Amino acid sequence: MCTNILIHTRLEGAGFGRKGWFPVTRANVTYDHPFHVDLEHAVTVDFVDEAGGLDARVGVELTVASARALAEALLAACAEAEAYESGGAARG
Amino acid sequence: MADTGSYEGMLAEVTKIPGHGGDWISVYFVRPLGPGPFPGVVWLHHMPGWDEWTKEACRKLAYHGFMVAAPDLYCRAGTGAPEDVAAKVRAEGGVPDAQVVADAAACRDFLRALPQSNGKVGVTGTCSGGRHAYLAACLEPFDACVDLWGGGVVMRPEDLTEKRPVAPIDYTERLSCPLLGLFGEEDRAPTPEQVRQHEEALKQHGKQYEFHMYAGAGHGFFYHDRPAAYRAEQAVDGWKKVIGFFHQHLG
Repeated sequence: MCTNILIHTRLEGAGFGRKGWFPVTRANVTYDHPFHVDLEHAVTVDFVDEAGGLDARVGVELTVASARALAEALLAACAEAEAYESGGAARG
Repeated sequence: MADTGSYEGMLAEVTKIPGHGGDWISVYFVRPLGPGPFPGVVWLHHMPGWDEWTKEACRKLAYHGFMVAAPDLYCRAGTGAPEDVAAKVRAEGGVPDAQVVADAAACRDFLRALPQSNGKVGVTGTCSGGRHAYLAACLEPFDACVDLWGGGVVMRPEDLTEKRPVAPIDYTERLSCPLLGLFGEEDRAPTPEQVRQHEEALKQHGKQYEFHMYAGAGHGFFYHDRPAAYRAEQAVDGWKKVIGFFHQHLG
């Protein structure tokens, strides 16, 4: 809201938060003022269930460098997962 | 100035008043005990929501003799932990400017109608609340305004949205009261250049204002609960200026 950097993406999966497991239907990604981490701005990711109420949320607040590292890790894991599912050699 | 020989007390509670569109909105209301008359201040919370720091700030002003009304600008999103409520509002791109201004005006009217009121009400806020305070002071009559590092007073055309259709700087001609602005030299929202542009607009329209740009401070330098942002020396001086300014114009 202060930076106008806000990106949504639809998701399919589940998250574990204060109310236990809940469906994750969307990720809200921003670069804005965080609530907790002691930074002026952070990459924030809220995994939410849009139909599940305000507390159906798992939030993380990351430095830009660690958000980028996470994104790269996710992409690497997805590449390996796709190779595995298509019959390629699995690691380890 | 507090007097150790005098009675002192404070009421701090959440109440409900009709806000924008007649919606019942939650308001953190603080007032010194006693008959008054007391000036009023509307405090518009920052982007992280209607949180502990905001309520502490309201009590600080009440200690200095002000009745304070801080609306929960996010209450239409639901109730819960301030972070969860603010996260939902953040995901929706914030709250509409027109709604905030109307909620602020409703709080002003609530304060003015109290039997302890001296009839004068100012408006303030930090971060997005500083921007909202400036907007409110341009679009509604107030007696004083304090903008605490409000980002987004100067906006690029591409940043205008349905919820924020006009850059607050473009309302400067309509500013209804004296303005105090406190900013940090290392802030990026607003940048010193944006503060300079704002100051130019105030000069151009002959408005009464006082801006202070603190060296060694960035965004949120009053926030003692954010060690990376907090600057003790600048915050001590800044609070003195805020309280002095409100006493001067509302007392």
